[in-house]
Amino acid sequence: MNKQLILDKVTVKYDALAAVSDATFSLAEGEIGCLLGPSGCGKTTLLRAIAGFESLSAGSISLHDEYISTPKRTKAPEDRAVGMVFQDFALFPHLNVRDNIGFGLSDFSSGEKTSRVLEMLELVGLVSVADRFPHELSGGQQQRVALARALAPSPQILLLDEPFSNLDAELRTQLAAEIRILLKKNKVTALLVTHDQDEAFAMADKIALLNAGKIVQIDTPYKLYHKPGSLFAADFIGKGTIINVGIDAAGLLGNNLGSLSINALPEDLGNTVKLLVRPDDIAYDESSDTKLPIVSKSFLGPNYLYELALKDGQRVPCLTHSHVDIPVGDELPVRFDLRHVVIFNPD
Amino acid sequence: MEIDSRSPGFNSSNQSSGRGWRTYLFIVTAIIAVPMLVIFASLLQPFSSAWQHLFDTVLTDYITNSLLLMAGVGVGTLVLGVSAAWLTAMCEFPGRKILSWAFLLPMAMPAYIIAYTYTGILDFSGPLQTALRDTYQWQYGDYYFPEIRSLGGAICMLSLVLYPYVYMLVRVAFLEQSTAVLEASRNLGKKPWQTLFLVALPMARPAIVAGVSLALMETLADYGTVAYFGVSSFTTGIFRTWYGLGELTTAAQLCAFLMLFVFALIIAERWSRQRLRFHHHSAQKKMVRLRLKGWRSALAISVGGLIVFLGFILPATQLAIWASVGWQENINGDFFRLLFNSFSLAAIAAICCLMVAVFLAYTKRAFASRMELGAVAVASLGYAVPGTVIAVGVLIPVAWLDNQIDFLSTTWFDYPTGLLISGTIGLLVFAYLVRFLSVALNTVDSGLTAIKPSIDESARSLGATPSRVLSRIHLPILRTSLLTALLLVFVEVLKELPTTLILRPFNFNTLAVRTYELASDERLVDAALPALAIVIIGLLPVLLITKSILNERFSNE
Repeated sequence: MNKQLILDKVTVKYDALAAVSDATFSLAEGEIGCLLGPSGCGKTTLLRAIAGFESLSAGSISLHDEYISTPKRTKAPEDRAVGMVFQDFALFPHLNVRDNIGFGLSDFSSGEKTSRVLEMLELVGLVSVADRFPHELSGGQQQRVALARALAPSPQILLLDEPFSNLDAELRTQLAAEIRILLKKNKVTALLVTHDQDEAFAMADKIALLNAGKIVQIDTPYKLYHKPGSLFAADFIGKGTIINVGIDAAGLLGNNLGSLSINALPEDLGNTVKLLVRPDDIAYDESSDTKLPIVSKSFLGPNYLYELALKDGQRVPCLTHSHVDIPVGDELPVRFDLRHVVIFNPD
Repeated sequence: MEIDSRSPGFNSSNQSSGRGWRTYLFIVTAIIAVPMLVIFASLLQPFSSAWQHLFDTVLTDYITNSLLLMAGVGVGTLVLGVSAAWLTAMCEFPGRKILSWAFLLPMAMPAYIIAYTYTGILDFSGPLQTALRDTYQWQYGDYYFPEIRSLGGAICMLSLVLYPYVYMLVRVAFLEQSTAVLEASRNLGKKPWQTLFLVALPMARPAIVAGVSLALMETLADYGTVAYFGVSSFTTGIFRTWYGLGELTTAAQLCAFLMLFVFALIIAERWSRQRLRFHHHSAQKKMVRLRLKGWRSALAISVGGLIVFLGFILPATQLAIWASVGWQENINGDFFRLLFNSFSLAAIAAICCLMVAVFLAYTKRAFASRMELGAVAVASLGYAVPGTVIAVGVLIPVAWLDNQIDFLSTTWFDYPTGLLISGTIGLLVFAYLVRFLSVALNTVDSGLTAIKPSIDESARSLGATPSRVLSRIHLPILRTSLLTALLLVFVEVLKELPTTLILRPFNFNTLAVRTYELASDERLVDAALPALAIVIIGLLPVLLITKSILNERFSNE
């Protein structure tokens, strides 16, 4: 498949400090990627490097088979066909919606420009507010203007820098889904930066997880959640607890947690492992003989999230229906459902 | 500005104290508004025959000259202020840091002082023309030399000292522009210089308009420069109508017409400050300045340096040279008397302004309703009103009052009191209060908005009494603002010429008045010592602003 964007061993340094090192990542045409990670992990730096606002110390970035950034040469931001939606939208306060969207269309004749702006307004559903100024719009509308403005010159890739962080929590997931549909329909190659895994899951085909300036895993959302490749990934993605537990050659776990199937185990296994336990790995079972004392519980509406104590005092989460209402201090009968648990060698 | 803070301050626990407080507010506002009301009321008086005379002779001159002056100073301050702001906020070159505060130095130079200094430098007998004649063996009439004492000269002088208003506001506007917006423009295919004209400048437009409006208000208020240069403008016209024709009512009516210009400027300024809100972005990244290299850098340094040289260094040096001639004789009892007069007058006025400003700022904070805000806004209009207008507005009612008292006293007690209030220090201080209250009010107000009502409430809920809240929380937070307000008013009063000239007690001289008188008598050298004193004291607030500029968050390592 034709690769639209290729990052090859990209390193960006601020003074001596590497904000991003050795990042390799690619996107196919029409694919939506995501750089996910905690704040300060270098994901925004990487995005700005693609836009041309940061220079590389090593590696290269190519877009549509053309090198746009190498340590020797950084193509000017205005000369690369990269669209960007900024975190605070960065709309031009002195221009109305129409002129904001038309700002990047200087190569168009005035007739083409008018029709392209109209097309964009229709695309994002803002025809009715075309003559308003940015400060007269709601947050969601501002974001759509920013999107339309970035898409208007038909960039080869669209970059979105934390595009939902300035919006209400309710709006976020809804907009993320809407934008995904819009981008897919128009076959736009896009790269999103976020620290919010829900946004990443809702938008992206492919997620690159970053930690401390390095890409630690590139996978689909499903694999990232169910097969985290490292302790960091396991900890960062989804809810869950990592416990230390003994294991014997037959795959039998300590703490009465049951056994794991041997062929799922890595070869060089010691006799203790770190085990990622998701809340849905431990199920409530009225008939079970295994009972664990309840340390705390929180009501989530449709569910209760219980925190249970194992024999050796380590704690594990358990998600039940909210009808299962047992007081703290009592015991909860559970069944271990460790089908897709993830284990790591302790390091 | 905190308008939504309906929750009261610490002092509104009961209704009756609130009502008393409000009554005081309206009394204070009413008294401060008297001079303005008198000026506008003068329009209701019959227009005397002096108007016919004015109309036939000089009125067209007043209007055209004032308009030309405003147009010239508007363009001048715009070009100088915006270039200075752009160089220091958006570019990087050697000497940028020094220039960013040096650009403020001309603020210390009152326009009438720079005007007479340049006259001394550029006149026929001045050092420049003398040097030219000596070098080229020219005689009088052999060569063309531009006349500084002209409308064009006045425009240059005023532009040179008033551009810092534009510079300060536009610089902040540039610095506060979201880096992302400028990057968005690059991302959409515009070159850096296209970004400047398409995005950075238009976004700074409200700041530019506000800055130029302030500079033009000062231009309209100026009396010393135009009078010294013999340019007939509104302010000189008011003086002439009054002192020359003895037509007080006509002078007041002229003042009222001058106020039309002023109000246009107030509206422009207020409107643009409102727009500024929309242009403000809080999300900040590190500012990346455009690095100037080679000849561009040299050009930036020389343009910047030239502005500061012409606006401050050259005139200040000339003043120092003149002052050093015979300073032994000039620093005498008279000079110290002058210093004492000026300082005590300025100190009294500063303290009065501060007290009223604190009262108004707290009232505004406690009762943020339309009525109270309106009253405070009226009380703080004085900054836009030329000193000449305020002086006339103060003098007319007081003269009337004095005459009434004298008449009553003569009829009842057969004792003529003469002019009781006119020509007293008290009246002069009142005029300063009307004119400079807003300077103090703005400073106190911005300090006070830092103390949110919730801070009071949390202190009260922790058991602090209102007086403890005031002494332990408000005073420490406000201290700098209060001192700044005092200093700013002190310096403004010290520099103020027309108000003092009209209202001062008989034979009471200040530094500003003495400078002006000596300069008018062509005793430029003798005028240098009091002028230099004013300039040096005028540097204090510049230092204050400089400090805040040097503490700027934006660095470019």
